Order: sequence, then C-alpha cells, then structure tokens
Amino acid sequence: MSAAGVIKNLLLIAIVIVLIVLPLFIQKDAEFGGADGEAEKAITEINADYKPWFSPLIEPKSGEIESLLFSFQAAIGSGILFYGLGYMRGKKKKEEVANQ
Amino acid sequence: MLKKRIWILSLIVMFTLLPRTAFAMHIMEGFLPPGWCISWGVLTIPFIILGLFSIQKTVNEHPRTKMLLAMAGAFVFVLSALKLPSVTGSCSHLTGIGLGTILFGPTAMTVLGLIVLLFQALLLAHGGIATLGANTFSMAVVGPILAFATYKIIKQAKGPQGLAVFLAAALGDLMTYVMTSIQLALAFPAETGGFMASLAKFMGIFAVTQIPLAISEGILTVLVFNAIAAYGKDELQDLKILSKEA
Repeated sequence: MSAAGVIKNLLLIAIVIVLIVLPLFIQKDAEFGGADGEAEKAITEINADYKPWFSPLIEPKSGEIESLLFSFQAAIGSGILFYGLGYMRGKKKKEEVANQ
Repeated sequence: MLKKRIWILSLIVMFTLLPRTAFAMHIMEGFLPPGWCISWGVLTIPFIILGLFSIQKTVNEHPRTKMLLAMAGAFVFVLSALKLPSVTGSCSHLTGIGLGTILFGPTAMTVLGLIVLLFQALLLAHGGIATLGANTFSMAVVGPILAFATYKIIKQAKGPQGLAVFLAAALGDLMTYVMTSIQLALAFPAETGGFMASLAKFMGIFAVTQIPLAISEGILTVLVFNAIAAYGKDELQDLKILSKEA
C-alpha cells in the first residue's frame, strides 16, 4: 500500500473513532442503553394495554455472559475476515513472484 | 458438483453453529402482534428462496469466490456484535450488510441475514423468533435492496468507487432502521395522529440514533472493500465488480 493510501486509511479510522467517542462527551448524563429498550417504552406509551405475547426462549444469564457471547461473535468474525485477507494477499504475492 | 454441495452445506452449518448478533437493534421478542409477524414472514420467504439460488449460482460459476462469501458473512458477524454509542444517548449496532450486498447481490444477503438474526434471537435474546420475519425483512431484504440500488446508481453515473461503497453501506444500514420504525408504527399507530405520529416517535428512537453509526458503517465498509480490491482483483472480476481491463 502506498504512503498516501496508509494516511487515507488512518484518517478514515480516526473519523470512525471520533464518531464513536464523541457521543459520550455530548451526552454526559445519558445511560447509553439499547435503542430497542427505548422502543419498548414507546410502545407502552402508545398502547398501555399491550402485553408482549411471546418471550425469548433462552436469555443470557447476565450482562457478563451476554458480553461474552457478543465478543465471541466479534472474535470469530474478525478471525475469518482477516484470515481471508491474509490468504488473498499471500496468493497475490505468490502470483507476482511467479510472473516475474 | 457434489463437492460444491458439501461446501455450501458446511457453510450453512458453520453459520448456524456460530452465535451471531445481527444488524439492527431489532424488534423485540413478543413486541409485534402475531398478524404482523406472520405477514412480514410471508413477505420475506421469496427473497430467501431467490437468495439460496443466487448463492448457489455464484459459487458454482466461480468457486474461488467462496472465500469472499465467507468474508462477507464474517463482516456481518463482526459489525453486528459492536454496539456503539450514539448522539441520542442510547446504543445501537451496525449491520454489515453493505459489503456482501455489493459483492453478492441483495438476495444473497437475505440468506446470511436470516441466519444471523435467527441465532441472535436464539442465543442472545436479541430480536426474537416471533419477530424474525419482520426483522429479516427490514435488515436483510429492504436494507440490502436500497444498498444495492444506491451502489448501482452511483456506478452508472460513473461516480467514484469509494463513494458508491460508502453510500451503499451507510444508506442500507440507515434504511434498516427506518423500516423497523415503519413496521412498529404500522403495528402501533398512536391514538392521536395515528401512523404518522407513531412513525415520528419510532424514527426518533431508531433512525436518529443510527445516523452517526451509519456513517461509521460506510467508512468501515470502504476500508474492507479497498483491502479486498487490493488483493482479490480476480475474485472481484468474477463477480463483475471490477471490469477485466481495470
């Protein structure tokens, strides 16, 4: 990758980080719960009589277990993704050497 | 032929065994009346069937794109696990559908999205089994279709590749949440103001939260797409993302 390409990528990553961190400073007192929980509240406000007619079959035992499952998911995803990128990069290098 | 079947099967098994969290903050279990659950489910079925055929066709014609298919699935996997804070003071997560939609088309992502949502609902109590049809429709049908249309329109207009990828991913992500808001507003019209009042309310919760996240999703998709384009020119030519001359 060219130097300009690296700088461009780092800049893009920096924007993402700012987008993630900024809300924490803008909304100092917010709870940062899930948007789905907010929607539950809104439904109850619109229709106070509504009762959920079905509940999840299995729920993670605690917040810790849930975050374990989420990080497991992220780890597997990035594992496959970057294995693929590494594989493709190695293959391309080999082809380049063979063509010389 | 048999080998390919086995490969597809093992891919499906792989996806099903992994606990995945899907794209949006989805409609919660039990929070959509049964009639709506069934309707959205029925609407989604044709897209799943088209998606299965589409994946099989792509993989049969270009076996070397299998790696990319797995990577597109993995990208969804990573992004949908990341719950990020937003300016509204609540959290939501990314969808990751944009990359796979650009590479494999919208219906292929319906299949991947369904699997993700199913396991998220089963293992993480995120989204739900009863609301699976509605959530698949918003995240894996409507989102990818808008992402795909956006990408095609910008490419047709000879717009830059990066812009096409960015807008496709960002708008696809945002559209998922707009659709979720529409689904909830249809099922829960407000007593005063009806559908539109409810829509405004749910859009305020889901869609506004999602705007900065959609921008993040667009950027992350561009980064990964560029990496794939740098190393996988042949595969992208197979998928007709890059022309042969390029």
